[in-house]
Amino acid sequence: MAGSIEPPGPPLWLLAELTYRCPLHCVFCYNPTQHARIQQELSTAQWVDVMRQARALGAAQLGFSGGEPLLRDDLEELVQEAHALGYYTNLITSGVGLTDARATRLKAAGLDHVQLSFQDSTRELNDFLSHTRTFELKQKVARIIKSHDWPMVMNCVLHRHNLPHVGPIIEMALDLGAEYLELANTQYYGWAWVNRDHLMPTHEQLVEAEAVVNRYREQIGSRCRLLFVVPDYFEQRPKACMNGWGSVFLSVAPDGLAMPCHNARNLPGLALPNVAHTPLADIWRTSQAFNAYRGDGWMKPPCRDCDERHKDFGGCRCQAFQITGDAAQADPVCGKSPHHDQVVQLVKQAPTQRHIPIVFRSDTESRGLHPEVPA
Amino acid sequence: MTAISTHPKLSRRFRLQYESAQERWVLLYPEGMVQLNESAAEILKRCDGERTVAAIVEELETTFSIQGIGRQVKDLIEEGGRRGWID
Repeated sequence: MAGSIEPPGPPLWLLAELTYRCPLHCVFCYNPTQHARIQQELSTAQWVDVMRQARALGAAQLGFSGGEPLLRDDLEELVQEAHALGYYTNLITSGVGLTDARATRLKAAGLDHVQLSFQDSTRELNDFLSHTRTFELKQKVARIIKSHDWPMVMNCVLHRHNLPHVGPIIEMALDLGAEYLELANTQYYGWAWVNRDHLMPTHEQLVEAEAVVNRYREQIGSRCRLLFVVPDYFEQRPKACMNGWGSVFLSVAPDGLAMPCHNARNLPGLALPNVAHTPLADIWRTSQAFNAYRGDGWMKPPCRDCDERHKDFGGCRCQAFQITGDAAQADPVCGKSPHHDQVVQLVKQAPTQRHIPIVFRSDTESRGLHPEVPA
Repeated sequence: MTAISTHPKLSRRFRLQYESAQERWVLLYPEGMVQLNESAAEILKRCDGERTVAAIVEELETTFSIQGIGRQVKDLIEEGGRRGWID
């Protein structure tokens, strides 16, 4: 029924983006491009308070992310507190800063799992795309992770440059003992949106890569689970983004903004609450921001009348805003969207737009892209 | 030889935990959570590598005063094996 909002269930996931600072400069980073303008970070005590409140609400999975969360000196303390609260704790890292000494302390603190990002199976492309010499370091960190008996998710963002290497990327994950490999086709937010023309693959590349993935799945069984994140610009139906707005996912940004999606900062019309001033229970249950796209009362046609609206929740609000200018529209990757043509055009035009310089994520570029925001 | 382990054991890569906000048991693993129904939880709680499948069935039948759940227990353990929950 239009307009009906049921009381929300508990948040199940807390994403703690501890910092936007990062030693890497990845061209496909999904962090907000204004990161350099957001220097305020929550204190240790504030994070502990957020974790306690979220756990009381029901969150069971906790991701320490960023930026690079290892840049926070209090990570061990936060992990220890999270572990004591009963969270399953995930560290989502580039690997930079994960020395054996630090890994030993994180293990003792109760860290459950490490997700390590790679950019490619080759040093050349890894180091180019991250604009750092980190290829060997990541290999070393992978061995440290396994030596501490953590399960390891390897994450590799895919795009037109490395899709042809998907076989060697899988081989690398197997060699390093990863239990899971997330082959994350680029999602076009933040820096990835800025660089979309350089990253956009062809339909043929995706078909070939997925065939390789399927062949490996048959060969390796359950030894390493291969997750192939859907390249939604090439689909006819949207992803079930966040499993629905304000449904299970609660993200807290470095400066304390609470968001139903870690990219929601740039959506207009949202009064994003800050955990420093507002109790998390109020944020989750009654805040304007968390209720803005909850349920289906906000939907417009074609979502409003679509029998798949409770399956994909109308897709991604950020993508709808980015491409159509209206966050309440259907995600335009949907074939039923009146704006679907714009997605088709973005894919088609990409090869003709590559004279536009590639932009590596950096503080300087961030300030250049957002001169209007006061420092 | 059977398709399932004679002494099923919950994989050390999964954590079985009761979540009061959800009023159910869940399996936690890297970046994921399986929400379990009551019977699945009761079976998995007993997959400790010591009890045999037969012992698990017997114990559940006694505890819950029910009969004929052998098939259900075996199916769940098989499914858990496929999904990597059980060694």
